[in-house]
Amino acid sequence: MFISIFGAIEAGVIYAIMALGVYLSFRVLDFPDLTVDGSFVTGAAVAAIAITHDVSTVLATMLALITGFIAGSVTGLLNTKGKINPLLSGILMMTALYSINLRIMGQSNIPLLNQSTVFTRLSDIWSGLGIDTTLNQGLSAIGASSLPRTWSILIVMLVVTLVIKFITDYYLKTEVGLALRAAGDNEKMIRSFSANTDHLKIMGLGLSNGLVALSGALYAQYVGFADLNMGVGMIVVGLASVIIGESIIGTKSIMRTTFAVILGAILYRIVIALALRSTFLDANDTKLITSVLVILALVIPKLISTHKESKRKRRKRIALQQRAKGEV
Amino acid sequence: MLEVNDISLTFNEGTPDEKQALQDINLKLSKGDFVTVIGSNGAGKSTLMNIISGALLPDVGDVQINQKKVTMMPEYKRSQYIGRVFQDPMAGTSPTMTIEENLALAYSRDKKRSLRPGVNKKRRDFFKSALNSLHLGLEDRLSAKVGLLSGGERQALSLLMATFTNPDILLLDEHTAALDPSRAELITNLTREIVEETQLTTLMITHNMQQALDLGNRLIMMDKGQIILDIAGEEKLTLTIEKLLHEFQRIRGEQLGDDRAILG
Ligand SMILES: Nc1ncnc2c1ncn2[C@@H]1O[C@H](COP(=O)(O)OP(=O)(O)OP(=O)(O)O)[C@@H](O)[C@H]1O
Ligand SMILES: [Mg+2]
Repeated sequence: MFISIFGAIEAGVIYAIMALGVYLSFRVLDFPDLTVDGSFVTGAAVAAIAITHDVSTVLATMLALITGFIAGSVTGLLNTKGKINPLLSGILMMTALYSINLRIMGQSNIPLLNQSTVFTRLSDIWSGLGIDTTLNQGLSAIGASSLPRTWSILIVMLVVTLVIKFITDYYLKTEVGLALRAAGDNEKMIRSFSANTDHLKIMGLGLSNGLVALSGALYAQYVGFADLNMGVGMIVVGLASVIIGESIIGTKSIMRTTFAVILGAILYRIVIALALRSTFLDANDTKLITSVLVILALVIPKLISTHKESKRKRRKRIALQQRAKGEV
Repeated sequence: MLEVNDISLTFNEGTPDEKQALQDINLKLSKGDFVTVIGSNGAGKSTLMNIISGALLPDVGDVQINQKKVTMMPEYKRSQYIGRVFQDPMAGTSPTMTIEENLALAYSRDKKRSLRPGVNKKRRDFFKSALNSLHLGLEDRLSAKVGLLSGGERQALSLLMATFTNPDILLLDEHTAALDPSRAELITNLTREIVEETQLTTLMITHNMQQALDLGNRLIMMDKGQIILDIAGEEKLTLTIEKLLHEFQRIRGEQLGDDRAILG
C-alpha cells in the first residue's frame, strides 16, 4: 500500500510538469491543444533514442524539451498562419506526431532498463549522501513495514518541478508573459496594444509542449522504456490534473493555480493507484477512471455551489417568515 | 498628423451582398485636432476607423501617420501609434488580469516587451497617479481583477489605458454608447479632460449629436460611405442640432428624421 502510493507520488511529480504545460495552453492561452498526446511521446522517444546512442542523459532530456517546443510551435503555426481552428490544429499535429515518433524510435518500444538514465545517474550520487537511510529509519520508527528503494527520484523531481513552477510564475508576470495571458483572454485588446498575437500563441504552445515533452522524457527514464502508445489520453490526464487541482486549491492567483496543478497531478496518480487496488478494476480501466475523475471534478463543485445557494435562500425565506410571525 | 487619402472599400465585391462601405474618403487631422464623427447607421464610420487602425485594409487609397505611410502595416504594429477605445466595455481590457497588470499591458504599447516583470514599484506609483485622474478610487484596487469592475469603471480604465502613453492618435468608436446616461456622462467628461490635458489628436464617433457639438474643435458627418459635412473652428462653436439637421436635408435632399438613432 505505502509503496504503491509512494510510486504514485513519484510519477505524479513527473506528470506535474506535463500538467503545467497543459495549464499553459488550456488555461492561459485558452487553447484546447491535443498535440499533447503526441508531444509527450516525442519527448520520450527523443530522450530514449539519444540515451541509447550514448548522448549524456541531461543533454538527451534537454533535446526532448526542444523537440517538444518545435512540435508545439508547429501547432501554433497551423492555427495562426494556416487559420486552422485550435482543436483541429492539435489533432492534425497529434496524428502527424504518431508517425514522426515511430520514425524517431524506429520501433514501437525502446527499453531503457540497462541504460544509464538521469535517475540511475542520480541514485549513484544520491546513495553516497545517506539521506535514504535517515528517511527510511524515520519511516520504520513510525511503523512502516515496506520501505521505498530510494527517495532520490521523489525529492529531486519535486525540486525540479517546483523550479519549473516558479519560473512559470515569474514568466507569466513579465511583460511578455502578461501579453501572453492577454492573448488568451482578449485577443483584440492586446493587438490594440501592439502585441503580435500570432507570435505569442506560437511561443506559448511551444513552451507548453516543451514542458510536456520534458515530462515524457523523464517519465520514460523513470519507467525504463519509451513506447509509441504511452501518450494516448495524456491530454485528459493533464486536464484532470488541472481541473482537480483548481477545484481543490482554487485559482486566486497564478502562483496558487500552478501549485494547484502540481497537486492535482499527484492526486490524480494517487487516486488511480488506489482505484487499481480494488478487485474489480485493472490497468485497462485507467482511461475510464480518468474520464470519470474529470467529470466528477467538473460536476461536483457546481453541485456544491448550487446546493449552498439554495440553502442560503431557504434560510432567508424562513427568517423572513419568522419575522412576519413575530410581528403579528 | 493623420492623413487619409482617397480611401475606398467595398465588402463582398461581386456577390449579391456587395456593399460599398467607403467612397473616396479624404481626411486630414492636424496635431491636437479633436474631431467628432456623426452619421446614420451603416454610414461607414466604424469602417473608416478600422482602416485607420489597420483592422481592415482599404481597396485603394492610403493612410499616413506622422507623414509615414502605414496603409499596409499590420494592425498590431500600427497600434504603437494609436490608442483605441471600443464601444463594448468588455473589449478594451483583460478581465482575468488585475488593474495594474492591464495598465502594464498598455504601458508596453510603444516599447519592446521584455522578460522583466511587467509591474514594479516605480510603475505601480505611476499607475496609481494615473488612476487618480479618473476620480473613481481605482488607485486603491490595483490588484483587483478587472472582470469585477462595473462597465463604467472598465470603460474609464480602457480610456486611461488608451491614452496614458500619449499615442499619436486616439480613436473612440461610440465608447459611451453601451453605458447608462450617468456613466456615459462620466466617461464623456473624462474624455474631455484627458484630451484637453494631453492634446491628443482624436477621432470620436458618436450617435449623440449634443455630445458631438459639445466636444472637440471639428465635426464631420458621414453618410453612405462619404464625408458630407466638415465643420471646424468658429463655425463649430455656433452649431446647433437644428442647423445640423437642416444642413443634412440641404445636402441630401431628404429628412434625417426617420433615423432616430442619430439623435441619440
Ligand atoms: N465585415 C463586413 N462585411 C460586410 N459588410 C460590412 C462589414 N462591416 C461593415 N459592413 C457594412 O458596411 C457598412 C458600413 O458599416 P459601418 O460599421 O462602418 O457603419 P457605421 O457608420 O459604423 O454604423 P453604426 O452607426 O451602426 O455603427 C454597413 O452597411 C455594414 O453593413
Ligand atoms: Mg459603428
